[in-house]
Amino acid sequence: MATSTQPQTGANRTTSLSNEEILRYSRHLIMPEVGMDGQLKLKNAKVLLIGTGGLGAPLGLYLAAAGVGRLGLVDFDVVDFTNLQRQVTFGSDDVGKPKTEAARARLGNLNPDIQIDTFETKLTSDNALELFKDFDVIVDGTDNFPTRYLVNDASVLLGKPNVYGSIFRFEGQATVFGMPEGPCYRCLYPEPPPPGLVPSCAEGGVLGVLPGIVGSIQAMETIKLILGAGENLVGRLLLFDALGMKFRELKLRKNPNCAMCGEHRTIHKLIDYYEFCGVRGEEAPGPDVQVPEITPRELKARLDRGDELFILDVREPHEFQICNLNGHLIPLGELPRRVHELDSSLEIVAHCRSGKRSAEAVDFLRKAGFRKIQNLRGGILAWSDDVDPRVPKY
Amino acid sequence: MSVKVMIPTPLRAYAGKRDSAEFSAATVGEALSGLTNQFRELRKHLYTEDGKLRAFVNVYLNDEDIRYLAKENTPTKDGDTISIIPSIAGGSFAR
Repeated sequence: MATSTQPQTGANRTTSLSNEEILRYSRHLIMPEVGMDGQLKLKNAKVLLIGTGGLGAPLGLYLAAAGVGRLGLVDFDVVDFTNLQRQVTFGSDDVGKPKTEAARARLGNLNPDIQIDTFETKLTSDNALELFKDFDVIVDGTDNFPTRYLVNDASVLLGKPNVYGSIFRFEGQATVFGMPEGPCYRCLYPEPPPPGLVPSCAEGGVLGVLPGIVGSIQAMETIKLILGAGENLVGRLLLFDALGMKFRELKLRKNPNCAMCGEHRTIHKLIDYYEFCGVRGEEAPGPDVQVPEITPRELKARLDRGDELFILDVREPHEFQICNLNGHLIPLGELPRRVHELDSSLEIVAHCRSGKRSAEAVDFLRKAGFRKIQNLRGGILAWSDDVDPRVPKY
Repeated sequence: MSVKVMIPTPLRAYAGKRDSAEFSAATVGEALSGLTNQFRELRKHLYTEDGKLRAFVNVYLNDEDIRYLAKENTPTKDGDTISIIPSIAGGSFAR
């Protein structure tokens, strides 16, 4: 499954740079903190990037530009139009291409002297150890809990540093896990949040620059680990608040009772991380709760017949501004205290963007005694696909 | 004694969109009680049904994890900052 841009050089360490490389890296070479020794360390380094998305974009670009000799890219996704707002590796022409292929073309153009190995696959418990074993540093740029626990556990099992970054809207976190003297991800978070308590897509979204900043911090930490220079983030959790433009840091301690890296560890091999993270993790397709549904076409037909239906929109006000179906807006989070705005004698159809939040709303309202209520299957996205393409998808 | 509690982005929706709140409290536990009394919806996000802090919610007094201090009984002093740090997983938000 791996494809390389250059033939493998085997275990031979490169001990010199070409004249062209000396010119390319001259701004590194004239710094005492890097110099020829440091640049050769970078050239001999092997870094595996898990995810080539928002965090992976600055990571790939800067590590390639810096001359990291071998970069591995793991991603199973294809470039989507909505990725371009922040995944700056990709151009508009790349939409629809596998991310690993598009990233390889971009990074290979940036620096033809490095080896880029692409793995167009989902990282799983079956392939993680095999993928990780050839690399010196693992960089976690994923977007879901099951993969984060998998990356952590595989890194600890193989004794490799795991450069961690994560983002949420306008907040970021970064640290280095997996060093022998430092904590691992499970020392910090022994368990993932149950799926129901993970912030829903209602609170999702991310400011495009944020992964650029957090991914750049990860790139910097990766380079420092390779050079053995400076003070890295082992044992410190860096918190970044982009709105307040504040950096803070918290102490991270190695938990002596950690199930993964503690003295009496209980985990000795990779497990089923989707099961560990509950139900199906964050990448679960379809709603978590089973509720009565109506399809967009059925709803359209009933509205055209003149049936009296009350459309309940449970998205957020800023989403309503993007597009709406003339529904009554009560954001899901406000539903419990605004139930009185609804008449249980009317037939209600609840909808959101994709059908997930509205399924929760329907479930909640049925428990509150509403009987004539249905969920619009697939939400506004499906309405746009099946009924009215003038309604924009977002 | 006034203690500032920092509310992380994912939980602000349940805290009147506030990013912090101040309470008069002698321990970390008292400050967190003040917070969940003021914002009832926060309670289930921070505590299990039997009243224990959830395993995926980390609480720091200034820059120290309270698990390595006296947990919720950790005493606070005027001007201290308590931070609630839930796990976030975002990275690419491809979906």
